Amino acid sequence: MKYIDEYRDGEAARKMARAIHGVVTRPWTIMEVCGGQTHSIARFGIEELLPSSLTIVHGPGCPVCVTPIEQIDRACALAARPGVTFCSFGDMLRVPGSRTDLLTVKSMGGDVRMVYSPTDAVEIARTNRDREVVFFAVGFETTAPANALAVRQAYTEGLTNFSILVSQVLVPPAMRTILSSPSNRVQGFLAAGHVCTVAGYAQYDALAAQYHVPIVVTGFEPLDILQGILMCVRQLEEGRAEVENQYARAVSRAGNVSAQAMMDEVFEVTTRAWRGIGQIEQSGLSLREKYKALNAEARFGLTAIHAAESGECESGLILQGVKKPPECAAFGTRCTPEHPLGATMVSSEGACAAYYRYKRR
Amino acid sequence: MCLAIPGRIETVSGADLLNRTAVVDFGGVKKQVSLACVPDAAVGQYVLVHAGLAINTVDEEEAARVFDLLREMGELDGGVSEKTWQRAMRR
Repeated sequence: MKYIDEYRDGEAARKMARAIHGVVTRPWTIMEVCGGQTHSIARFGIEELLPSSLTIVHGPGCPVCVTPIEQIDRACALAARPGVTFCSFGDMLRVPGSRTDLLTVKSMGGDVRMVYSPTDAVEIARTNRDREVVFFAVGFETTAPANALAVRQAYTEGLTNFSILVSQVLVPPAMRTILSSPSNRVQGFLAAGHVCTVAGYAQYDALAAQYHVPIVVTGFEPLDILQGILMCVRQLEEGRAEVENQYARAVSRAGNVSAQAMMDEVFEVTTRAWRGIGQIEQSGLSLREKYKALNAEARFGLTAIHAAESGECESGLILQGVKKPPECAAFGTRCTPEHPLGATMVSSEGACAAYYRYKRR
Repeated sequence: MCLAIPGRIETVSGADLLNRTAVVDFGGVKKQVSLACVPDAAVGQYVLVHAGLAINTVDEEEAARVFDLLREMGELDGGVSEKTWQRAMRR
């Protein structure tokens, strides 16, 4: 496929890796933010091509992993209600809540549907007027415009049986949280390419300057990631801390203003909790007043629930780059993709699942 | 989750912005995609598609740059020597 295959060429990747070896003189720790990048790094064995003094840690950019356990519990409670058709992206179905997961609810008779797009859930609402159709609106900036479009379509068509359970989060506040932590070890970032396709990268200037950390907007194919690493280590070696763009074929500094307008029409910024990390100020989105009738939490009177995580799961430390998956005592033994203790072992973009699949030796 | 796949726009339909869609070809697999966030996208262009929505058009000129860079690297024999590289890859 054009714009994919050529960026997976082994010879080109080795050439780029060799250039990295030529630049690195000291140990450095770089974090890739996005779960899609984490998956690529594990899948294509990118770390094996890098100098041993370069450490790659994996960031919080997996929406499935950071959706709070309470929100999973609310989703499961909603999905179990008679009259409700609960729609979700497929990778949310196996994420463990405190007692159950959506797939189990489905097996017990709940009407849980996997959709590819939020607008597919709107179509289900159009054709099933007797059902309350709820879409689980998780995701980062990349997904927010698609979720917003579904809300706008349902609103303009007056679909009264459609609502969304929102768990939308924003990437830059999480990067700030990581950088301001006393246990931070990240010296440079590969910023999440598709988040920046939507949101642009002007918002990273302040982070780069305040924490003196290079931030390179990076794509998802092996050649993209290796070039992003090269650009990042070059900055580190030269003592620079700038925002650069490796992924210019898909990202501009201002981002996609039409997509931002779509998001902005429907959502406003709010404080949200991240699974494994905790509350982060101004780090998420909620529905604006105009669209509050489409808010599933209000419509179904879902109240605050407090749920406990598995005591053994260290996904919080892994999501912040403090630990790598094999450093967790449960990894690959008591915690596997078949029996996950935490969300990072569920999603294919979770660092633990990616390591389990590609890097167990 | 933030996966977005590049595909080529084959046909465009729908007049108003919220409902403007395209048939997009992903290496032989065709899907209906919303163009609500790429108002200027036209037939023949490549778009990046995430969750059924095109989130941007692909900039062809920028896409070629990395290959120019690789060619330059080849001419300069960039990076480390063959011996150092082989040693690093054996570890």
